[in-house]
Amino acid sequence: MPQNLQKLKYDVVIVGAGGAGLRAAVEAREAGLRVAIICKSLFGKAHTVMAEGGAAASMGNANSNDNWMVHFRDTMRGGKFLNHYRMAELHAKESPDRIWELETWGALFDRTKEGKISQRNFGGHEYPRLAHVGDRTGLELIRTMQQKIVALQQKDGRETGDMESNLKVYAEFTVTDILKEDGKVAGVYGYWRENGDEILFEAPAVVIATGGVGKTFKITSNSWEGTGDGHALALKAGANLKDMEFLQFHPTGMVWPPSVRGILVTESVRGEGGVLTNNLGERFMFKYIPDVFKDKYATTEEEADRWYTDQDNNRRPPELLPRDEVARAINSEVKAGRGTEHGGVFLDVSKRIPADVIKKRLPSMWHQFYELAGVDITKEAMEVGPTCHYVMGGVDVEPDTAAAVGVPGLFAAGEVAGGMHGSNRLGGNSLSDLLVFGRRAGAAAADYVKANGAVTVSDATIERAAQRIEAPFKNEGGENAYSLHAELQEVTHNLVGIIRTGAEIKEAIAKIADIRARSQKVTVAGNRQFNPGFHLAFDLDNMLLVAESTAKSAILREESRGGHTRDDFPGMSDKWRQVNNISSFNGSEVVVVTRPLPEIPKELFDLFDIHELEKYMTPEEIAKGGSR
Amino acid sequence: MTRKLNLRIWRGDSTDGGLKDVVVDVNEGEVVLDVIHRVQATQMGDLAVRWNCKAGKCGSCSMEINGKPRLACMTQVASFDEGETITVTPLRAFPIIKDLVTDVSFNYKKAMEIPAYEHPTELAPGEARMEQIDVERSQEFRKCIECFLCQDTCHVIRDHEENKPVFAGPRFFIRIAELDMHPLDRLKNRKRTAQEEHGLGMCNITKCCTEVCPEHIKITDNAIIPMKERVVDIKYDPARMFSGLLRREKRD
Repeated sequence: MPQNLQKLKYDVVIVGAGGAGLRAAVEAREAGLRVAIICKSLFGKAHTVMAEGGAAASMGNANSNDNWMVHFRDTMRGGKFLNHYRMAELHAKESPDRIWELETWGALFDRTKEGKISQRNFGGHEYPRLAHVGDRTGLELIRTMQQKIVALQQKDGRETGDMESNLKVYAEFTVTDILKEDGKVAGVYGYWRENGDEILFEAPAVVIATGGVGKTFKITSNSWEGTGDGHALALKAGANLKDMEFLQFHPTGMVWPPSVRGILVTESVRGEGGVLTNNLGERFMFKYIPDVFKDKYATTEEEADRWYTDQDNNRRPPELLPRDEVARAINSEVKAGRGTEHGGVFLDVSKRIPADVIKKRLPSMWHQFYELAGVDITKEAMEVGPTCHYVMGGVDVEPDTAAAVGVPGLFAAGEVAGGMHGSNRLGGNSLSDLLVFGRRAGAAAADYVKANGAVTVSDATIERAAQRIEAPFKNEGGENAYSLHAELQEVTHNLVGIIRTGAEIKEAIAKIADIRARSQKVTVAGNRQFNPGFHLAFDLDNMLLVAESTAKSAILREESRGGHTRDDFPGMSDKWRQVNNISSFNGSEVVVVTRPLPEIPKELFDLFDIHELEKYMTPEEIAKGGSR
Repeated sequence: MTRKLNLRIWRGDSTDGGLKDVVVDVNEGEVVLDVIHRVQATQMGDLAVRWNCKAGKCGSCSMEINGKPRLACMTQVASFDEGETITVTPLRAFPIIKDLVTDVSFNYKKAMEIPAYEHPTELAPGEARMEQIDVERSQEFRKCIECFLCQDTCHVIRDHEENKPVFAGPRFFIRIAELDMHPLDRLKNRKRTAQEEHGLGMCNITKCCTEVCPEHIKITDNAIIPMKERVVDIKYDPARMFSGLLRREKRD
């Protein structure tokens, strides 16, 4: 055991300080518990700040026809009916309250003429539904919750004399293990990134809110933090991951210059009227409207253009199809040789919107292109292409409590949790997801602690965790983590990327296993003090487990649906719509099995038009008409 | 198109350190952070640098580039002359942890000293009505990405450690201004406490903070000066001073 190991006791430990983690922290603290928030970066830098477009909530401010049932339908449709119905239902019902609540904490959303929260259009949403602040909505969310945390700390300070007595942020700290005793969560173990000193957090409840896995891939919109830590920590603690084959490639990432490749170009650009064209000047999306969406999207440019001013009498432009459809379409255009010089397609707002309006509605996009690519988007088109953006798969949780199935005391919310988005997430549904399920995770963790009481971690458990941290310094003659990471990114990008085939996935599985074997001997230069090579050694371990889970799920699923496209199985299959892929870890490798989806209850089933359900379900399922 | 770049990097920790020269490949379109990452991956595996989004949105990769406080992810290598040596050093106003990483906890302590937003108790969630034009004033300040470049460049604390306990700095003046201009905030006296408790009076509006702000927030013109003017109105209004002698008036 390390000398001077610091031991801390909390009721709830939250791993991750993005939107879901902070919302969980607020809820658990307001329930009267002592809460620690742990983040890999500085407080307030989490990837949530990158969310641009908005938070989907059927407040009905822009169109009074909107309500939770419409939002629920859109979400299920977007996820191609692989979503957990209950998560989609809770999300659609509760997101308006979560947005309004932020306003009571000081958030300042853009307004409608009546002074209500303005709502904007986004792909897959039937009505304008996204609460937003220009194109920096994620920053507003994280700042509001960061400031809410400070408000709670100030309140504690008035009562106890110490602002950090009951709610404290541990920034720049890496969690290496979730600890268990007698099959239940007992805390987390990790080290300060600044000096490598280790800390044991003893706590009966742990909420994982670590976000995504984008850094497993070569071209991604995710920051360095998106290394699937929570996914891997949960797997190793005995939880399951659900549907890890589903990754969302956002259709519009920057493609030029190379150093910014992958950085996100918000969907609001299309929501505000941006059109996609190929190098022939053709507005190609009209060619790619899939049958299931035929009656919802405009088939001519004239109708699509009219929609921006008259949404009641026209169908929406195909640029606003769900993200998976648009990403595949761009991929096909580029592959067919109709791409731009740098391997993307053109996205143009300059011909449709006056320059001052662009700068007002899309300020950070203007800024980003002007400063990083030397492109003035008020005058010229952007070059864009798909970028790995979001993982739909994640920890298998109970919808109402966000409790990880099979691990008492473990909870997961936000991107790290699976099920909510099915095979494809709609834009805007992530910010509302993390508010709805962050709150539920915090509340359920608090209830769990009140029912179960304190825990103690044994010395043997601490010893095991401590040894893992020491290992990279003891290895000699091994490879460096940077080169192994780069190798993994090539494998995932080339073999389990946006378009997949059985043979390639098989090759990926073998290569990932090989990299994983070599990674056990990673050697780290220097000492423990703020050493990025040392940090990457742990991130790499997590990314390898995640990649293995993704590849092994992808090879099983012999169909194309949402964020999983198999060239060798191009259509959706009835069989595969009815099952989830469940990954577990047996101590040496990831094992994937299928599990039937829960049946949709009749009252939710009845919200859909039968003809729409016929596109997704078998005649037997339809005849049954849902459960109960 | 790849060329060689001479990069000079400050390496060391709180006890000792100095500038180290390296030669590194640089490609067209790259920013300073790309080059630092290449040094890290190929020559100095333990080089410490903070970064996150690499898109100018999180404010993590703050450092001084040729002496100027900047975000490394938003500084194009091409903005320097070819052949020019680029020197990167840690933020000067904060204690060094290692290499390019400094201890910015000062800022988080100051954040905790600013009284939080107070929502009108009679307004239930969803009932708030605000005009766009009224929220825009505060929205400008809420664009802040907390890169703390304004704090770093502010000469009140840059070379004056002794001022830190009594000076919140530009980042938190815009936080106070944001709350002060928030259409619904109920807490009174924000301007007065800015002056009396957070050191607003020590700012002599040289606009250095505005110049380095990567979000182009008009810190001095739109936040600090309007607050200073109002403080003068409140504190040195002869009528108020006189009436204040007669009774403890409700402050604002």
